[in-house]
Amino acid sequence: MNALEGRACIVGIGDTPYLRESDGPGGRSLALELRASEAAIRDAGLRNRDIDGILPFYGLSIAEDLAVNLGVDDLRYQATSHVGGAGPGASLANAAMAVGSGMASYVLIPGGWYGFSGRRVRQIVVQDPSAMSGGANARDFYFPFGLTAPVQWFSFIARLHMDRYGTRPEQLGAVAVAQRKHARRNPGALMRDKPLSLESYLAAPVIADPYRLFDCSLEADGGAAFVVTTLERARDLRAQPVRLLGSAQGQPFPADDIVTREDVFELGLTRATARAFRMAGIGHDDVDFAEIYDPFSFQVIQQLEEMGFCKRGEGGAFVEGGRIEPGGALPVNTHGGLLSEAHILGMNHFVEAVRQLRGEAGERQVKNADIGIVTGFGDFGDGSIAILGR
Amino acid sequence: MDPKSAGTEKPLPLMEGTTAAFYGHCRNRELRFQRCTGCGRWRHVPRLCCSHCGSWDWEWARSSGRGKVFTWTVVARPMHPAFAGDAPYAPAIIELEEGVRMVSWVVDCPPEELATGMPVAVIFEDVTDEVTLPRFRRA
Ligand SMILES: [Zn+2]
Repeated sequence: MNALEGRACIVGIGDTPYLRESDGPGGRSLALELRASEAAIRDAGLRNRDIDGILPFYGLSIAEDLAVNLGVDDLRYQATSHVGGAGPGASLANAAMAVGSGMASYVLIPGGWYGFSGRRVRQIVVQDPSAMSGGANARDFYFPFGLTAPVQWFSFIARLHMDRYGTRPEQLGAVAVAQRKHARRNPGALMRDKPLSLESYLAAPVIADPYRLFDCSLEADGGAAFVVTTLERARDLRAQPVRLLGSAQGQPFPADDIVTREDVFELGLTRATARAFRMAGIGHDDVDFAEIYDPFSFQVIQQLEEMGFCKRGEGGAFVEGGRIEPGGALPVNTHGGLLSEAHILGMNHFVEAVRQLRGEAGERQVKNADIGIVTGFGDFGDGSIAILGR
Repeated sequence: MDPKSAGTEKPLPLMEGTTAAFYGHCRNRELRFQRCTGCGRWRHVPRLCCSHCGSWDWEWARSSGRGKVFTWTVVARPMHPAFAGDAPYAPAIIELEEGVRMVSWVVDCPPEELATGMPVAVIFEDVTDEVTLPRFRRA
């Protein structure tokens, strides 16, 4: 056993509807974060004032905004990890340490944004480079050359992978198509009613070569949250706890620059994954499903490789043939992911993993789901991995 | 679109510290990178300390300006309004002879002719009165 000893668990999840409406309210994310938080706290069977730790997402509402509105009048612990989309996983580890050490008893991890009707990512990164990891480097050495958005930065790496390993557009498409199949079974997914064939994937316009339209995540309005406590405390709560079995974080080097790395395919997960698996005492074959942070299709292939589900260069073949689809050997992004459910900052990946492990995933329920992993991915490759079990 | 981002000005580097030094050399038609005087390693992007030997000392060593295309992308749909008139454009990562890599554009080369390993050489373009960007053309 290890430091965490599987004693921290998620006891409540909550979310708002995920929307893409151009007349959405935009503006500050606080209302979405509060709605999702209330739902998660209720789901846990707790009262708002039971919460004594809040770990906000970087760049969104700060802990006191949330605490004053929720009536959390004895906030004992707060912290934020500056790792973008790797944040929810980093915060879960942080929450586990907080409840394990007694710094806090019930920790809330909220997230949410008006990612569609408010400022879009491409506007945020240029207007406020300090809001992103690697901001100063991107501002001074990427933006002036028209590389102002994640789709462009990561297209470099996808192109290089295709050149070096023969990865094909159809294999990027296999990710988009598989996740759409999952989304078609998810009532909450934005793309629930829109089938996607490989033909229509290939026919869609190029955004930044090799990325086409359906390689890109679905910016959306929405919030999601979860609550963490100890296994002992969870016994008195109504929901079935989902345990954190293993957790790790990492960054490629240098973390702020994707261009000059000795190994340009390196991610935070490259070194972190083995630590998390060792902590959980499991192997890759024990994983029943994976919720992989998917800003773009290739980042799913890349993370599968760097986590060791297949060798580097073999990820394209790995995702073909239905392996990651519903009913496949390793279903990936069973809610549809950022590509086909909604881009809710990867918070929705945790909500989905908990639903799967509780057996509450309805028509998309993975059979005998005992162990699932959730990854986080921040610019430019910050990684977090959580291994969850029921 | 948010009116704050509707500007047609292209984003520019913040001209301070080592960033100003790098682009200042470009202004003088010289591509120079930091080279650690402790261990002799070239580096880009500019840093205050050497990640290999820990030295705080460096010189701005002149690059030959010759290199090759390491990888590239073709931006068909710009994500910043100021680049709308440039699309499709092809940002590339250039690997210089000295071993450092940097982001730039290969100009005078249609995107479909770009290829990994293509030899290139630096040129300079004054984009404002203060800022000069290094670009590359086929060598
Ligand atoms: Zn040195």
